[in-house]
Amino acid sequence: MADYNEELDASGLNCPLPILRAKKKLNTMESGQVLRIIATDPGSVKDFDAFAKQTGNTLLETTEEGDKYAFFIQKK
Amino acid sequence: MSDEKKLAIIATKGSLDWAYPPLILASTASALGYETEIFFTFYGLAMLKKKLNLQVSPLGNPAMPMPMPVPVIMQAMPGMQSMMSSMMKKTMKKKGVASVEELRDLCVEAEVRMVACQMTVDLFEFDTKDFIDEVEYGGAATFFEFAGKSDICLYI
Repeated sequence: MADYNEELDASGLNCPLPILRAKKKLNTMESGQVLRIIATDPGSVKDFDAFAKQTGNTLLETTEEGDKYAFFIQKK
Repeated sequence: MSDEKKLAIIATKGSLDWAYPPLILASTASALGYETEIFFTFYGLAMLKKKLNLQVSPLGNPAMPMPMPVPVIMQAMPGMQSMMSSMMKKTMKKKGVASVEELRDLCVEAEVRMVACQMTVDLFEFDTKDFIDEVEYGGAATFFEFAGKSDICLYI
């Protein structure tokens, strides 16, 4: 599993909250730092991929454990 | 002038369910780097009230999922609309769906430009003191000033 600098727990939140919270958190971080986001919304898998593609941040890794997803996003 | 992508939305509906599409799309677009403006007109103005009391009605909406079948005549009974609205809000909270207030706050925070249609504000004799402070007032020409440069334009 990748290393990360900050973590955001978006468990139980539904679209578009995980994305909006992640964006807010990324705003407080430095370029190159990695944010780990935990989410339970199955729609967030496609959404974080689309978010990364459109914002230029890099989605390093997506993991799934049970009903929880973890996304590792490196800030542009 | 920036070279950011732009999203222009016209929000015309003021029921609890129809408040979601404009606010979800505007807040998400901002998170994706879009410059975003919502033009609120007619019943859409209800979304700008400081004290939100948006309601949902099963009347005239046969596709609305109901916890139990309720005959249409019963749906028109006094108290049904507020009951349905509070049930809908409870379900949304349980499912982790943002409240309208929360989404609107996120839009404001993300500097989504909120423009209220001056003509309908006057038509309905709304008091602008009842609207959130971030609202600007303008007409059709104001909307086109931004919409004309937008990449996406939605009428909701």
